[in-house]
Amino acid sequence: MKVTMRLFSIAKDLAGFDAREIELPEGARAADVFVVLNAVSTSFEDWRPSLMLAVNREYVSSEHPLKNGDEVAVIPPVSGG
Amino acid sequence: MVQITSEKIDVQAAVESVTTPESGGIDLFIGTTRNHSKNRAVAWLEYEAYESMALKMMERLEEEARSRWPISKAVLIHRIGRVDIGEASVVIAVSSAHRKEAFEACRFLIDKLKQVVPIWKREFFADGTVEWSRQYHAEEGTTETL
Repeated sequence: MKVTMRLFSIAKDLAGFDAREIELPEGARAADVFVVLNAVSTSFEDWRPSLMLAVNREYVSSEHPLKNGDEVAVIPPVSGG
Repeated sequence: MVQITSEKIDVQAAVESVTTPESGGIDLFIGTTRNHSKNRAVAWLEYEAYESMALKMMERLEEEARSRWPISKAVLIHRIGRVDIGEASVVIAVSSAHRKEAFEACRFLIDKLKQVVPIWKREFFADGTVEWSRQYHAEEGTTETL
């Protein structure tokens, strides 16, 4: 399946890009985007505990099942206000 | 009403937008940018948003506030892009028949906004360094979902 991965804040800086179409096997879960990201930068492993995930603009757990066309966002600790 | 804008926030217009004849009071919160962070001088701030999700979360917070308190009107505005020191980065105004509900709803909205809305602050220090703020996370625990 194809999903759109979006990165913000520190996650964008670590990866060096803010969005990318990625190919994942059927049965993939939200946290599988880190398989791709860990290959881009080893820093993602250190940051992983504080990074949340959103699918189609809703916070989800790591196990959330993905489907073709989903938008998966990596959400670092928010600091608005 | 919720809004994300790269323009300077018009506080007076925000207040007027929640003014209704049946309201007995308006509670207004203005978050302004500070000139120091972690004992270092800050030159200016920049805010980045996951805009579509941030708007959705802000709308949900407004709905939740409406379900918990009998408020007349509420407005949540967050600025993005560069925000100079002393300018408003966030404005929340809530009107209700009685002040207690307006105070409580406004406090709920700013507290929750800071916890769940995907917006990030980047600090540009006077010494030339630039850092993503982890202030909320460091001071108040991990980000919780809504």
